[in-house]
Amino acid sequence: MKNSVEVKKLAFNYGKLEILKNLDLNIQDGEFMVLLGPSGCGKTTLLNCIAGLLDLNEGQIWIENDNVTWKEPKDRHIGMVFQSYALYPSMTVEKNLSFGLRMMNVSKSIIQEKIKKASELLQIGDLLHRKPSQLSGGQRQRVAIGRALVRDAKVFLFDEPLSNLDAKLRAELRYEIKKLHRDLGNTMIYVTHDQIEAMTLADRIAVMKNGVIQQLDSPKQIYNKPANLFVADFIGSPGMNFFNGKYNKEENSLSFHNSNISLENYEFENQPEDTNSIVLGIRPEDIHLNKSANSKEFKIELIEPMGADTLIWLSFENVPFSVRLEGSSDYKLGDLIHLEFNIKRASLFDKKSEKRI
Amino acid sequence: MQSLTKNLASKIALLPMIIISLTVFVGCIIYSFVYSLTGSKLIPALNYVGFKQYEMLFKSRKWDVAVENIFIYGFVFTIGCLVIGFLLAVLIDQKIRGESLFRTIFLYPYAMSFVVTGLVWKWVLNPTFGFEHSMHLWGFDWFKLDWLVNRELAIYAVCIAAVWQGAGFVMVLMLAGLRGIDDDIWKSLSIEGIPKWKSYLFVILPMIRPMVVTSIVLIAAGVVKVYDLILALTSGGPGFATTTPAMYVMENFFSRANLGQAFAASIIMFISVVCILAPWAYYEFYYRNKEAKA
Amino acid sequence: MSVSSISIEPNGSKPKHLTIGRIGLYCFILMCALFFLMPLYVMIVTSLKDMDEIRSGNLLYIPKTLSFYAWPKAWSEACTGFVCEGLKPGLINSIKITVPSVIVSVSLGALNGYALAFWRFKGAYLFFGLCLFGAFIPYQVMVYPLLKIESAIGIYSSLPGIILVHTIFGMPILTLIFRNFYASLPIDLFKAARIDGGNFLKIFFYVIIPMSTPITIVAVILQVTGIWNDFLLGLVFAGRDNQPMTVQLNNIVQVDFGVAEYNVDMAATILTSMIPLAVYFISGRWFVRGIAAGAIKG
Repeated sequence: MKNSVEVKKLAFNYGKLEILKNLDLNIQDGEFMVLLGPSGCGKTTLLNCIAGLLDLNEGQIWIENDNVTWKEPKDRHIGMVFQSYALYPSMTVEKNLSFGLRMMNVSKSIIQEKIKKASELLQIGDLLHRKPSQLSGGQRQRVAIGRALVRDAKVFLFDEPLSNLDAKLRAELRYEIKKLHRDLGNTMIYVTHDQIEAMTLADRIAVMKNGVIQQLDSPKQIYNKPANLFVADFIGSPGMNFFNGKYNKEENSLSFHNSNISLENYEFENQPEDTNSIVLGIRPEDIHLNKSANSKEFKIELIEPMGADTLIWLSFENVPFSVRLEGSSDYKLGDLIHLEFNIKRASLFDKKSEKRI
Repeated sequence: MQSLTKNLASKIALLPMIIISLTVFVGCIIYSFVYSLTGSKLIPALNYVGFKQYEMLFKSRKWDVAVENIFIYGFVFTIGCLVIGFLLAVLIDQKIRGESLFRTIFLYPYAMSFVVTGLVWKWVLNPTFGFEHSMHLWGFDWFKLDWLVNRELAIYAVCIAAVWQGAGFVMVLMLAGLRGIDDDIWKSLSIEGIPKWKSYLFVILPMIRPMVVTSIVLIAAGVVKVYDLILALTSGGPGFATTTPAMYVMENFFSRANLGQAFAASIIMFISVVCILAPWAYYEFYYRNKEAKA
Repeated sequence: MSVSSISIEPNGSKPKHLTIGRIGLYCFILMCALFFLMPLYVMIVTSLKDMDEIRSGNLLYIPKTLSFYAWPKAWSEACTGFVCEGLKPGLINSIKITVPSVIVSVSLGALNGYALAFWRFKGAYLFFGLCLFGAFIPYQVMVYPLLKIESAIGIYSSLPGIILVHTIFGMPILTLIFRNFYASLPIDLFKAARIDGGNFLKIFFYVIIPMSTPITIVAVILQVTGIWNDFLLGLVFAGRDNQPMTVQLNNIVQVDFGVAEYNVDMAATILTSMIPLAVYFISGRWFVRGIAAGAIKG
């Protein structure tokens, strides 16, 4: 599959601060790539470099087999949707869509044709005569996308378009973006700090921290096999539980102050040394109610009913952890229950390097 | 009685404002109007003459010139300040080096008194020793800048001095407006490849329309008041070629001892200000209500 | 390093070159700057020439021989009417007028703004609107009746008289900017102070005034510049012994008899502008903020 966008050895400095260092990223044709990370991780900087809004210090950007490193944004075959949508407030939707083309003196008939196509695809046909202030959030988003469509952009860039919206609207528009990608098939690069958006929209996610890509993988892989402690902690809500222990090579188990946990079913990627410090990460839904040889007894300390699920909090070796139960579960504070850790689905990390083992 | 003493401290505190608004701002208008209907000469006297003062006013050649001048001045000054102010703001908005230096240079005239401005420009536009003389010394014998002694052009000389002083003020307002434009709009314009001047003309300017309107109102408010500048620059001359309604009023109050005329002229001035302000105030009020309901 | 950009594969930072547009921009802005600076330059240069050079020479040239004759003359010997004491008395008068006027008008403006922002009552905004409306009325309309009122009270043509006039005309804009500033403070602060037992005056002095520094600086700058530069009101209301510098300046320059000494005139204009220009240069950003604050209606 050929690459739609290639970032080669990109470096970007803000004064003395190195925001992006030696960054490589290949995005396939038609892929929905999400750049995910906390504030300041460099994801927006990366997007702006790809767009040409920022001039990079080192490296190259290739879009559709075209070296666009020195090209103006308008020559990079891209369209961009911003957090504020940036629709021109004094113009109608139709004028907003046609503005770029009119400035390039494209003939009226061609403009009309392109607007018709875009508005049919996005279902904004009957909004053409309204002004941005008269549109809802979802409609504005569609017009912003329409602007890029009308210019026959090959790659669509999204800069946190849903961050300003309330939860319900966010969910609706998320659905619309996913549908759009399915219908259009264009390459899309999407920046967000919201891991739920990333998980639901992406074909692949690039999790970033401090200007470095921590893991580049499908959402499923990132969720099930996080490459390091940061990714494991960042993805998943409610978050992963972590316990610090020591590896016992002879028994293939993790030993804690008062107990052991067998690592029998775990698939090691790197075999750890004896007595190494290891962090066990296990998600709340991978701890099951079960009385068996490997289970332990715990006391319920806190209950958070969430509707579809119920989250209960307990302690293991004085470390609080959470377990996801059925919403219909009927437990009370102080109840004693037996829980078994599903080690097959757990993640082990070397404490010093924080990498997955 | 209860409602009168409620919030008493505030009412007492605002008493000066209330008294001043009523006695000075409202009271003086009423006083002026009443006495404009009299034949007062040296001192205010209640000898009713109907609208005779106004008749004399509109027949006065001097008043005609004054009104004509205020229109010319108003038009040239407003347009000049708006265009130059906006242009300067746009230039400074281009991320140039030394931005605060340039801003300081364009704005310092506004810190100076109208009298100083008038006197300096009187000197620069002096036909014998001023700029015209300099041009002659440089060999441009054909150059003429003797507007100050030219009955037809003198008012335009006043406009130059006024715009020199006021453009910086408009520039500050416009710059504040420009700086309030969302960065994302500029990014979007960049992605669409719209050239800078088209961006300003078709997108940015409509977006700062409220600021432009405010600027126009503030400039217009200053137009009717102009007095010091003309007094210093031309003393109303040559002859009375650069006289204005404000000067006409002051003359009749203090040098010509014709109070009735002065009152009549000042009422006309007042009415013209209301005519400019009322539609704007109504528009603001109506527009605000419309937006609040929307 | 190859010169042709076609043979270089684009890599790294975009090569920067000065475009025609950028050069044009700087040229134009420099020309504008020259136009704005020219009068100031002429003022300074003329004040340092002697009259012969002024008559024969070029307005725009630097003095061939520096002459400081004009300055002491402008300061202490030039004739402002019947008296020939230069601008010095004018400076003292301007200070006598400006300082109290600024203090009174700013204090009153702050009090008004505070009352309107936090202690509104029915009809308060009506009077405020009326007051604002007053800001647009040309002075000439109100000059004579004000004169009459002040005569009646007995303060016409005196220092208290001019201070009152400046307070009156400064009230609309000062009240407006203080009110806007106070309205932008978090209302919870005020509510907490009331719950703690504060009343109108206590809250004003202990809570609000300490927070008012930024807007007070802006107000003071606006008033100092406006009052110092005033001509008309000083001429009419200050009285013969209190004529401000601007009036003295005009008298010095507008001689109907005798020889016009342009160098003295220019020295006098510089002396008169020194204080407001100093305020402007020192306060810089605050000055700008003052203009913007006044323009943004509540």
